[in-house]
Amino acid sequence: MENASGKNIIKTVDLSKTYSVGDVEVPAIKSIDLNIDGGEFVAIMGASGSGKSTLMNLIGCLDTPTSGEYYLDGINTSKLTKNEYAAIRNQKIGFVFQGYNLLARTSALENVELPLMYDRAHRINNPAEKALEVLRRVGLEDRIHHEPSQLSGGQQQRVAIARSLVNEPSLILADEPTGNLDSKMSVEIFALFQKLNDEGITIVLVTHERDFAKFAKRIVELKDGRIIKDYMIKDRLYAQEELFKIQEEEIAEEA
Amino acid sequence: MEAKNLLKVALKSILKSRMRSLLTALGIIIGVAAVIVMVAIGNGAQKKVEDQIASLGSNLIVIFPGSINSGGVRMGAGSINRFTMKDVEKIREEATLLKGVTPIVRTGGQVIGGSGNWNTRIEGVSTNYLEISNWSLSSGEFFTEKDMISRAKVAVLGKTVADQLFPNDDPIGQQIRIRNVPFRVIGVLAPKGQNVMGADNDDIIIAPATTVLDRLLGGRYISFIMASASSLSQIDQAQAQLVEIMRKAHNLNPGEDNDFTVRNQAEITQAATETSQVLTILLASVAGVSLIVGGIGIMNIMLVSVTERTREIGIRLSVGARTSDILIQFLTESIALSIAGGLIGVLLAFGITFILNEYTSQAAYINPQIVFIAVSFAGIIGIFFGFYPARKAANLNPIDALRYE
Ligand SMILES: Nc1ncnc2c1ncn2[C@@H]1O[C@H](COP(=O)(O)OP(=O)(O)O)[C@@H](O)[C@H]1O
Ligand SMILES: [Mg+2]
Repeated sequence: MENASGKNIIKTVDLSKTYSVGDVEVPAIKSIDLNIDGGEFVAIMGASGSGKSTLMNLIGCLDTPTSGEYYLDGINTSKLTKNEYAAIRNQKIGFVFQGYNLLARTSALENVELPLMYDRAHRINNPAEKALEVLRRVGLEDRIHHEPSQLSGGQQQRVAIARSLVNEPSLILADEPTGNLDSKMSVEIFALFQKLNDEGITIVLVTHERDFAKFAKRIVELKDGRIIKDYMIKDRLYAQEELFKIQEEEIAEEA
Repeated sequence: MEAKNLLKVALKSILKSRMRSLLTALGIIIGVAAVIVMVAIGNGAQKKVEDQIASLGSNLIVIFPGSINSGGVRMGAGSINRFTMKDVEKIREEATLLKGVTPIVRTGGQVIGGSGNWNTRIEGVSTNYLEISNWSLSSGEFFTEKDMISRAKVAVLGKTVADQLFPNDDPIGQQIRIRNVPFRVIGVLAPKGQNVMGADNDDIIIAPATTVLDRLLGGRYISFIMASASSLSQIDQAQAQLVEIMRKAHNLNPGEDNDFTVRNQAEITQAATETSQVLTILLASVAGVSLIVGGIGIMNIMLVSVTERTREIGIRLSVGARTSDILIQFLTESIALSIAGGLIGVLLAFGITFILNEYTSQAAYINPQIVFIAVSFAGIIGIFFGFYPARKAANLNPIDALRYE
């Protein structure tokens, strides 16, 4: 697959990351070559400890590789300064964590405004309005003044997704975004990701569950820090349809 | 980030964690207020001592029997040649640099009169006592030279004694019995308040020295001699002259030690202020300790919240904050908290000082230098411990800051 400009949005060359814990070297990912084009929806899978999070953090510019190269939208990230790195996180990438990572005691609206605060490229006049708009997109317009502790896990994750969307990045990364959610909430979140992907946003996410991975368009499987499988999904599922099924089951149970 | 946004983020963060902010500021508030008040109390005590010494008399020189070494310890050895009225006469005749001289014959005893009795201090003095001791009468008159010669049984009451014996009547003209000897009250002294040691200056009866010696004590020794130099600039010469006169009066050979001690007001003042300076230093050390304790409090709260704050920093970094954005935010926060805490601390100190001055006998004077020192010390601690952990976190990879526990 290729995006409009025919360019990879993500391109890693021989990318490796080794953690040192005391004297012990822990190679978490080993010479990964991965290309992802604009508009793709990729699910990264693999056993626990296979290096999924490490890879996501590198792609998300939250961490730096031990060796190898990473091109984001054609930019060689290893050549960037710290501030340019920060700008990339702010402008090009929306990152969604398994544990939400929202600011405590801070309203949904203010959490979503946060990336706008650090946006030097476009000084937005009315950040609240912009934040409200994306909160509406994730279906949380009636919860904007709630703080994280007053929201369910699914709602917190929606706030986190809204935050990742607010600077209109072309790439959204999500590391086990539904890891803490029950299956209905998870399907709802996937429905949201599918909607965003339909709108043209590239999505890369990590999931444990094969059923959920089928909501993506492509699956990349890791084992011991290496890619062992990389394939397109033939029998893709649509989360909105799954939601209808779940609702019908619920109605049937009640009856 | 723009300055306006920065301030907003910092203020929001302060308001969001009210408890943490309050505790942080509280350390600064208590530290600052404690230091200022403690030193103010020390200064107040010192000033009070100085005022009281000034009220002792004008250009005062005091001569005690016996030699006292420079450290102020009375030497046991050596002859103690006690003073008599003859010594006073000698000084009166020969001294040329004195405004006046008076013997002080000190005794005490039970006084009966008016509506009750009272135990008080009795001082026999000469007619120029009021001038020498910087005192005045509130009513009646002082005794005269004639009373001195005739050993008249007349007395001037201190205010406390007058109030005790004659709470409702005018004491002037009334009879009192001092140690069973009848005296006529001829005057009442103006109130003078407490002396340096905290004793009541007004708890006293003044009578002619001759009367006290003859009719109350039946002796001839006077307790000490008080003189007043003609002017402050001549006090040292007057003192030297007094030493010569006394040596001659006591027939001391050259080389022989003085059998008396002369002290002037400046020396007495110095000795007393040295004592109160020790007090000030003591209070300041206590205050310094409270400032340090306050500082440790600030530090603890900052360090305890470091986990939460490191995650916050991780979140901010992950959505695109620069290291400098984080640093400025935390710096702004800790400066704001320190300034607020410092200001409240200063206000609190002023309030406590005001209450002390208005409603207690404890005088307190705020020293602007100490205000400055206290505020800057607390501020530096607050800013350092607010900023330093943040600086460490802001230099982490976002993912390491997020993972911090
Ligand atoms: N901060 C770290 N320090 C040391 N080792 C780490 C760190 N993070 C992950 N690892 C190790 O790297 C390997 C890959 O971890 P990770 O990328 O989190 O895997 P996954 O997300 O697939 O479970 C694991 O063996 C893990 O123990
Ligand atoms: Mg993981």
